[in-house]
Amino acid sequence: MKVMAQLGMVMNLDKCIGCHTCSVTCKQAWTNRAGVEYVWFNNVETRPGQGYPRRYQDQDRWRGGWVRNRRGRLTLRAGGRVRKLLSIFANPVLPNIRDYYEPWTYDYETLVDAPLGDDFPVAEPRSLLSGRPMAVEWSANWDDDLGGIPEQGELDPIVERIRRESEDKVRFEYEQAFMFYLPRICEHCLNPACVASCPSGAMYKRVEDGIVLVDQDRCRGWRMCVTGCPYKKIYFNHRTGKAEKCTFCYPRVEVGLPTVCSETCVGRLRYIGLFLYDADRVTEAASVEDERDLYQSQLDVLLDPHDPAVVAAAHRDGIDPEWVEAAQRSPVHKLVAQYRVALPLHPEFRTMPMVWYVPPLSPVVDRLTETGHDGESAGNLFGAIDALRIPVEYLAELFTAGDPEPVTRVLRTLAAMRAFMRDVTLGREIDESIPAAVGMGAEEIMEMYRLLAIAKYDERYVIPTAHVGEAHQLEELGCSLDVDGGPGMGGPFGEASGRPAPVSVETFHALRDRQTSDTVADTSASRVNLLNWDGKGRPEGLFPPRGRR
Amino acid sequence: MNVLLWGVLPYVMVAVLVTGTIWRYRYDKFGWTTRSSELHESRLLRIGSPMFHFGLLVVVIGHVIGLVIPESWTTAIGLSEPAYHVQALVLGGIAGVSTLAGIAILIYRRRTTGPVFSATTRNDKLMYVVLVLAIVAGLSTTLLGVAGGEEHNYRVSVSPWFRSLFVFQPDIDAMAGSSLAFRIHTLIGMALFTIWPFTRLVHAFSAPVGYLFRPYIVYRSRSGGPAAGPPRRGWDRVGSSEPR
Ligand code: SF4
Ligand code: SF4
Repeated sequence: MKVMAQLGMVMNLDKCIGCHTCSVTCKQAWTNRAGVEYVWFNNVETRPGQGYPRRYQDQDRWRGGWVRNRRGRLTLRAGGRVRKLLSIFANPVLPNIRDYYEPWTYDYETLVDAPLGDDFPVAEPRSLLSGRPMAVEWSANWDDDLGGIPEQGELDPIVERIRRESEDKVRFEYEQAFMFYLPRICEHCLNPACVASCPSGAMYKRVEDGIVLVDQDRCRGWRMCVTGCPYKKIYFNHRTGKAEKCTFCYPRVEVGLPTVCSETCVGRLRYIGLFLYDADRVTEAASVEDERDLYQSQLDVLLDPHDPAVVAAAHRDGIDPEWVEAAQRSPVHKLVAQYRVALPLHPEFRTMPMVWYVPPLSPVVDRLTETGHDGESAGNLFGAIDALRIPVEYLAELFTAGDPEPVTRVLRTLAAMRAFMRDVTLGREIDESIPAAVGMGAEEIMEMYRLLAIAKYDERYVIPTAHVGEAHQLEELGCSLDVDGGPGMGGPFGEASGRPAPVSVETFHALRDRQTSDTVADTSASRVNLLNWDGKGRPEGLFPPRGRR
Repeated sequence: MNVLLWGVLPYVMVAVLVTGTIWRYRYDKFGWTTRSSELHESRLLRIGSPMFHFGLLVVVIGHVIGLVIPESWTTAIGLSEPAYHVQALVLGGIAGVSTLAGIAILIYRRRTTGPVFSATTRNDKLMYVVLVLAIVAGLSTTLLGVAGGEEHNYRVSVSPWFRSLFVFQPDIDAMAGSSLAFRIHTLIGMALFTIWPFTRLVHAFSAPVGYLFRPYIVYRSRSGGPAAGPPRRGWDRVGSSEPR
């Protein structure tokens, strides 16, 4: 047994309102630079829908992730090492910019400069790639809220699969069926196919916290990682010629702050904490024969941080006692392994993703209330979960490789919590049989309710800090995206050459002090970087100066 | 003049190539990339790029064999000089033409695809000119030999000169005695190697052969690890020795 720590995230999909705040703040913090205009480390897609990039889940086309070969060993779906090197001059399965979307801006200047005339001036869209006028046809969330679904809905790879598999070939009535939002970041997988695909060895998984990063100094732009990642969460910066990806906001989590997407999430639905897992068993667990066993085998790799044997092994493997303690309080471990209400996204890609999702019960509740039933009663909900096949099948394709059983169990647990807590809140007599129906006690279900519904800040985020002794190195560890398009750009060897400039001038320690103090902080910086804005007060430069009234 | 061209220039070229590469690696790791444009356009790239690169690989191997292995060795293993030439001409000709056609496709693509063209720097353009000239000159030495009938045996002129460079006794006369086409090709080649470290061509030096041998998943520690390097100035550990 080799114990390792992994930072993970859980998202409670019932609470996501699809506001895209997470995407926007992430973009402001990390990808508001030339070359990554089209890149969203965090994106929110409406399901059913095609996703971003379009149909990324269709691995017959994009060949991401791992497959189990005939000898029971894992190989990269896009081909092994030799095959990779032979196709290095032209990657046969690299998504085109149009599979994401062509980024654009608007020609605002005409609004001001247009000569006086009869026509009202219009700000036309201009491509950010070629600068030419363009017709806007797609974007990262073009099918938001089921937009265009009647024409394009059939293109959702999951809908396709359900249809192929269902015998009676039911017509999928989107408008009447259901809809939910799926926010996605990099999964910081335990068995990352992106890392395995990188010919230069520039990508790595951090030993301490499992964050997957791209070393910008070692990346040579071979683009194999883009193909390797089945979630298409590696992006090619077309300006610098290097791969970029979600960093789990490592400069923030190193000092105990949640990621930008979590911090700013309106629904407060994201949880961050530690998992302890057995690194020796990862490959074996990812190679189980039946795809539907992958959810369970992924759970089995996780270790119980309360088990004294695990604690001892963690100590032996050099994990700080503080971290073990954090793992014991970890909200993500509770949701994933204790209550078992969080499921991995597409375990069948065999990368062991570490961002987990509490599947949404709302499609079921909505359906009940629409049809005039009581959407909060346990009996109705249990019955509806069994009867409403399509949402369950769809969720199963997303989270359990098509196995409806775990999804049904989770939805029943959520339904039990909902019904039970209604009685509690209304001061009715509580019905112990409701939690018992899902194998839980009243006490436990109330704890889960507290974590899922009240979701206090310090219960949602239990993030141990990196050691102070190392702090100087952590500040600007020259490893990932801590560069901006500043002075380096436009060196003698093209736009992207020269030394990278650190992005964070302000130290994150100071930020933490501000965040935890009660008084409004004095920010004298003139540049507002959302990466280290704490949401308190109104920093200089966030809004233009106010004119006299 | 001949001394300057064939006795001094090669050493200048090597000096610039080596120091330039080292300097570039230390100063500009972040700029060390293929700067691929496959994201914008892949249809033409998928034809042109493999043609160019694989062609070039064969050409490079051919150069190494032709320049490094003396004529007496190949004769010794029973490969007569004319026979060697025929196979070199055929193989080299095919590889050269494929390289040239490949780069033609790539340049056409670069010019006509909007986003790719706007991602082309002046540095790239200069590099393309020298590269194409080198390929054309090289191919014409081969083709001239075939067309003109009497071909120049570079293995008794260019190759001995090339080998003599390594023992620091350049055989200037041998090189000066070679045909004009070869001299031009050699000069352009030297120009190409001189600008090499300062262009995107550096990506050739990081051909990822190590990929074949490393474990799939790379772990790296936050502190330490291969690229973390020594602590920044002023942050040395207590008890560490004074840097010299
Ligand atoms: S989700 Fe993240 S860690 Fe997993 S393969 Fe993709 S980029 Fe790599
Ligand atoms: S900020 Fe939160 S609620 Fe809004 S889209 Fe993102 S995850 Fe959903």
